[in-house]
Amino acid sequence: MDRRRAILGDALALGLGTGVYAISFGALAVAAGLSAWQAQALSLLMFTGASQFALIAVVASGGSAAVAIATSTLVGTRNAFYGFAMAPVLQARGPWRLLAAQATIDESTGMAARYEDDRASARLAFWATAGSIYVLWNLGTLIGALGAGLIEDPNVYGLDAAAPAAFLALVWPRLTSWPLRAVAIVSLGSAVALAPFLSAGLPVLLAGAAGIVVGLILGVRAGED
Amino acid sequence: MWPTILIASGAAYALKLLGYVVPQRMLDTPIARRVTLLIPIALLSALIGLWTFVDGTTITLDARVPGVLAALIALLLRAPFLVVIISAAAVTALVRALGWLP
Repeated sequence: MDRRRAILGDALALGLGTGVYAISFGALAVAAGLSAWQAQALSLLMFTGASQFALIAVVASGGSAAVAIATSTLVGTRNAFYGFAMAPVLQARGPWRLLAAQATIDESTGMAARYEDDRASARLAFWATAGSIYVLWNLGTLIGALGAGLIEDPNVYGLDAAAPAAFLALVWPRLTSWPLRAVAIVSLGSAVALAPFLSAGLPVLLAGAAGIVVGLILGVRAGED
Repeated sequence: MWPTILIASGAAYALKLLGYVVPQRMLDTPIARRVTLLIPIALLSALIGLWTFVDGTTITLDARVPGVLAALIALLLRAPFLVVIISAAAVTALVRALGWLP
């Protein structure tokens, strides 16, 4: 019961955090030349923040449609791996599986991963986080897109630190042993080290792969806590 | 612009769905269970690194770094989720307002 309440509270907090971050997405999308409707369509349909930011970054820099699509798709590739990790936990069927796919993002997967020992809690964490973020991410986008002229630079409010802080808060409780901490450190460090040499999307995947290999070598076991 | 948005959104959804249509028995091995445990930790850690220390394709030290450090301190103090996120944004905004870091 307490765990249920804690999960719902965290899901709401994550929604509020990403909702604030979505304001900067909406504002930056309009600054990049999208209409408010187009910014909203990205948040409703694409619903994966990093890919959305990647797409508008390419558009803002005058890149072609093909490059914009390729970059956002590459950045979103990790969602396939999240789905792979979530499928046995959610056991979703039919229309629920189609909905689960759309709900598969960094935060919903990260929250579910915190309850690896308890499948019911993991499912609640996944769906509650995805629902909370879907509503508040879209609301934030709307506010940002409509108020784009009023906010000169959303980063003045430190919104660009909100996403890495939220991800840190998601990963932190999972780092219960040294092999898992080593996985996090190797992934973080190699992503930064690779970033100057590779196009957007690739550093995440290669650094994630490096971290997973380190975890397997160090013998991380499922259920270890 | 609309075709770009719709095609990119369709591709994003296809990737999300892909993980769910892989046959479940492929996941039912000890190594697959370890990998699925490691996936969120490894990928989220990589994103934390990029979104803290990288701007485009340049490694930078800007106001996000003290912000994320503030989040780390909040986590060590067992602060709730929202406090962690707000302290990061507040410290980053403060450091920028004071002109210490861009």
